[in-house]
Amino acid sequence: MYSFEPTEEQQMLIDAIGKYASNDLRTAAHEAEENHELSMKLVNKGWELGLLQASVPESYGGFGEHNAVTGVLALEEMAFGDLAGTLAVMTPSLFATPILLAGSEEQKQTYLPKIVESNWSPYTAALIEYSFDFDPNALKTMASANDNYFILNGEKAFVPFAKDAEAILVYADLDGKTQGFIIPKGTEGLTISDEREKLMSLNALPLYRLKLDSVKVSAANRLGGASGHDFELILASMRLANAATAIGVAKAAFEYSKNYAKEREAFGVKIAQKQAIAFMLAEMRTEIEAMRLLTWEAAWKLDTGKSDAFTEAYLASTGAADMAMMVTDRAVQILGGHGYIRDHPVEMWMRNGRGFATFTGLAIM
Amino acid sequence: MPIEFEAPKPVVQAQFMLKTVGEEMMRPKSRYFDEHEHEIPWDYIEFMHTAMKAFGGSSLAPSENFNKGEEKDKRSSIGYQVLAAQIEALAYGDLGMYHCLPGGGLGAAAVHAAGSPEQKAKFLDRFNGDKPIFAAMCITEPGAGSDNSAIRTRAVLDEKTNEWVINGEKIFVTGGDKSFSEYEKLGRGFIVVWATIDPTAGRGGMRAFVVEGGTPGVRIVKLEHKLGIRCSDTAAISLVDVRVPFENILGSPTVEKSTTGFKGAMATFDATRPLVAASGIGVARAALEFLKEKLAENGVQIRYGLPRQKLTSIERDVIDMEIMLKSAWLMVIKAVWMADNKKPNALESSMSKVRAGDVGPKITQKVVEILGPLGYSREFLAEKWFRDAKITDIYEGTGQINRLVVARQILGYSGSELR
Repeated sequence: MYSFEPTEEQQMLIDAIGKYASNDLRTAAHEAEENHELSMKLVNKGWELGLLQASVPESYGGFGEHNAVTGVLALEEMAFGDLAGTLAVMTPSLFATPILLAGSEEQKQTYLPKIVESNWSPYTAALIEYSFDFDPNALKTMASANDNYFILNGEKAFVPFAKDAEAILVYADLDGKTQGFIIPKGTEGLTISDEREKLMSLNALPLYRLKLDSVKVSAANRLGGASGHDFELILASMRLANAATAIGVAKAAFEYSKNYAKEREAFGVKIAQKQAIAFMLAEMRTEIEAMRLLTWEAAWKLDTGKSDAFTEAYLASTGAADMAMMVTDRAVQILGGHGYIRDHPVEMWMRNGRGFATFTGLAIM
Repeated sequence: MPIEFEAPKPVVQAQFMLKTVGEEMMRPKSRYFDEHEHEIPWDYIEFMHTAMKAFGGSSLAPSENFNKGEEKDKRSSIGYQVLAAQIEALAYGDLGMYHCLPGGGLGAAAVHAAGSPEQKAKFLDRFNGDKPIFAAMCITEPGAGSDNSAIRTRAVLDEKTNEWVINGEKIFVTGGDKSFSEYEKLGRGFIVVWATIDPTAGRGGMRAFVVEGGTPGVRIVKLEHKLGIRCSDTAAISLVDVRVPFENILGSPTVEKSTTGFKGAMATFDATRPLVAASGIGVARAALEFLKEKLAENGVQIRYGLPRQKLTSIERDVIDMEIMLKSAWLMVIKAVWMADNKKPNALESSMSKVRAGDVGPKITQKVVEILGPLGYSREFLAEKWFRDAKITDIYEGTGQINRLVVARQILGYSGSELR
């Protein structure tokens, strides 16, 4: 059957996240972006909402099951507050979720309870590489196999909280396939840049470059253990997270510009009463709905193991990235000159908006 | 029920069965009826009528779920979902021939939306008969298109005979000829005529009247020659002193200050817009599948999963079209699911039509472009689908009218606040 209603449990989670997004993330977003700093108290408050914890089974210290639909619902809601804040709150998932989805039993036992039973702690992952044609399925960071260890060489970019990370899940190409490798803090050959990344947005999120110079990784630390893992499910989960956060940011921009248009007067009427503005808003709302439903369906397909789930996650991420650019651009346009001024958040959302074509790997659900 | 996208069995069955109908009964005749405008596809009509009877339905119209004296809560709660799937599948076969599907169509939908139980029995039971029957909706006039509150057709009650006397002109009546004119192979249909019972009352005076096929004073003035969907007859109808029984009025015969009569028409649109959207999606799917087939024949693979920077222009286009098509279909499904579950769906209904009205033409236009001479040639159907699809952004509310409806919904504005 078709159904478009979240369960009661999902609704409770969405409501709790919605409060946090509006009352905490949103109110802090402007200053965080301007000052390049996130309050860790704020991040921890978001962590305590238990989004990751709820996707980890009790046997590993959590209290639920991984569910992609719940994940996309929650991430949209949180990103509605602030994207950088959301990515910060969810950074430990970048490390924990792939282990949950594809890790060996030993890896699950070692890391999951430690991460989900404590406060927010810096575990992260490195997928993105600094090249114009970055392709998660054709990485330039290379892993080569030896008897009982691997050697990694290459560079990674946009790695959240790398500086403080207890361990980093680094993705590298092993014989033409993308594989994850767990690299603990202080491993020889791993260099983390002193300078943070300087991007068009996400100023509040500490992102770093990594260099891997003949980094030795034991076979036990290959994600999934000696025989490795399938990357497709992990990538699809990243793409869905990308789509969900894109929808959240787009919704933020849509709501803000809609409310502005209902207040702002020109020629004796509210500008929302002009079709030029009203039609833009109608199209923004329609596009958001279109990509939300595509994302939900892709998530549902992932949960139910449908054969085209991975393709649909790709379509959802691609479509949502385009949609977010369109919607956030129009939000700035609706505010006119005021939209271009940083006192209003729409220009930041527009800078976020362009990012979703590039952000796959910064979040996972 | 949690969020779920598993198509219900009847939907899957409808899709499966009608795919065959589309490919076996419709496609082979698509070109013929495109080039022989106003010829009636009798074989198809009779086949569909027989087939629908065999499956226990008299019509694809949702009316079949309502007119058998069943209690409302007992009726299938997926009626509109099945209908949307059927329409999408038939439009995938051929959009013009889909309009020649016998049954109540928009005429019956109006009776269903605004009629009393007696009226539903009186006007809708006929579709169970031996012969195929059509019914049509007459709302547009030469001076009233999207602004259908400007309707001038007048209905006056003759108190001596207790009959309504209707005068006016109607255009763009889909299936008007088959619904009204007498054909040996068809049973008697009807047209639903929108008219005002009080021109000073504006929308409050607007009512719909059921006018039986063959009623004196009604004349089919002409059948339009169109860009596409040429198999579908589009009639211009004149009404001169047309007399119909008092009880053929849908809704209250007295003028109130409220606009319930007009809202009756709009409620019909909330139910039918996603269905029209579904028809646009069917055409677009036909075009996209044809394109992918031709590309595969020529050794062009679509490499899903690559970053945009590594895709060819054709791959990007195909991927974008798939995103458009899939998401537009999901919007239809959500809108009809809401209708089935009796949730107000004015916003979702219009959004689905906006989206489908956008992507149908966009996809078919792009398919013709990518196929080059093959796309432009009448040897294949791509150019026909391009012409057919354009109507889906026009009828049942143009894209612009639907944007207006969406905008009013999201802004909380009335018609006077956002004109």
